[in-house]
Amino acid sequence: MLKIDNLHAEIDGKQILKGLSLTVNAGEVHAIMGPNGAGKSTLAYVLGGRPGYEVTEGSVEFAGEDLLELEPYERAAAGLFLGFQYPVEIPGVSNVQFLRESLNAQRKARGEEPLSGGEFLKLAKEKAGLLRLDMDMLKRNVNVGFSGGEKKRAEMVQMGILDPKFAVLDETDSGLDIDALRIVGEGINAIMRRPDKGVLLITHYQRLLDYVKPDVVHVMVAGRIVKSGGPEFALQLEQEGYAAVAA
Amino acid sequence: MSELATLPTTRDEDWRYADSGWLAAADAEALAHWAELAVPAGEALVETRLAGEGVERLRVAVGRDARFELYAINAAGPYARLEVEVTLAEGAHFEFGGVTIGGGDNRQEFVTRTIHAHPGATSNQVVRAVQWGHATGNFLGRIEVVRHAQKTDASQNFRAILLERGASANAKPELEIFADDVKCAHGAAVGQLDQQAAYYMAARGIPPAVARKLLVQAFIGDAFVAMADEAQAEAMLERALAKLDEAAL
Repeated sequence: MLKIDNLHAEIDGKQILKGLSLTVNAGEVHAIMGPNGAGKSTLAYVLGGRPGYEVTEGSVEFAGEDLLELEPYERAAAGLFLGFQYPVEIPGVSNVQFLRESLNAQRKARGEEPLSGGEFLKLAKEKAGLLRLDMDMLKRNVNVGFSGGEKKRAEMVQMGILDPKFAVLDETDSGLDIDALRIVGEGINAIMRRPDKGVLLITHYQRLLDYVKPDVVHVMVAGRIVKSGGPEFALQLEQEGYAAVAA
Repeated sequence: MSELATLPTTRDEDWRYADSGWLAAADAEALAHWAELAVPAGEALVETRLAGEGVERLRVAVGRDARFELYAINAAGPYARLEVEVTLAEGAHFEFGGVTIGGGDNRQEFVTRTIHAHPGATSNQVVRAVQWGHATGNFLGRIEVVRHAQKTDASQNFRAILLERGASANAKPELEIFADDVKCAHGAAVGQLDQQAAYYMAARGIPPAVARKLLVQAFIGDAFVAMADEAQAEAMLERALAKLDEAAL
């Protein structure tokens, strides 16, 4: 479903990704762990097409398409969802308006009919319920005045509404208390644990993986995957540290 | 009251950002014309304006405890100026929301002179400018507080977004305060569209042109937020945004 091959990327002329290769098949959840500065967030942004991140070598194939050829909004319409480590505040634009525009833009790009206001609200209510986010929060401006945990839950509501084929979740667990972590973990499972979907979880800690069981765990160091293993590998990493395991 | 007998030039402070070519060819008599309006004591008046090419000047006397609200869109060119002079009686309020929006070589400006002539009057002005091409959006706002106009509360806020290099905006706040127990606040900022927000929208599937429109809508919405009639506020927003649709950005 997602095939990254020998990916090199840089920001402001500084090389961050140095030949990263990774394949995630449909139905799989992969976790990427690694020390600060390894390039984990850079990988997420490169996949999401954020301006300023330049791919200098390598390829990314997503659902049979050359992902790197697509504009960021086209990547979303193709079914890629990027969960932000720091969700952005948009004063003056409500979550409902933002998400309805997003969903209908994606539907239009796929040649589907737009959802009506009523249909959209029903869908939004269902997904907000899944993440135990009050509907009133969705009437407020995008992320404005939300706590760290609320922002992350709101991101997962967005994911539920947009129903992507593949999610790249960049430290979705940061800023969450233990209850919110469980809710978010269960939300990810409910939305994305399907035979036709895939997930790439970027995380510092094992704790999210207690809820979202990965099929494969990778360690990323200095812009490359240095070692991969099964779910038990994350536990070993947590006990022994990256330095020992990646050596 | 003395009127301008000769044509102003851009050497005049109040006309410093005006289109000098347009001014030179203007009709001096027409330019000196002020429309007059009075809001009787205790009453409220809400006016909307779509500025057209040229200069429109409006002089308003707001009576005791009366309220005058003016909401305006300036999307015209090549030179369009709406000038308002408001004199506030005791306890009166003046609310102004203005949006300049346009591209090309358009020069669009609001000029306000708010005279707090008596104690306890309030005024609030919110102006937003969205320009592209080589267009310019200006706000010249003068607030005068006379010696005995204690407890005056006046505020003025101008923000501009320049969508392209080459566009510009000018703010010229002027406060003349002769009373000592007053609150006068003003702020001005010129910037670009929030690129982080634009990318966040793109990451959710919103194409750049739609994202820009949503962000501009949110930005200029500030100017109409005080409108009690929501349908009217919505209509003003739509009118201003229609100008953005014409832009080939």
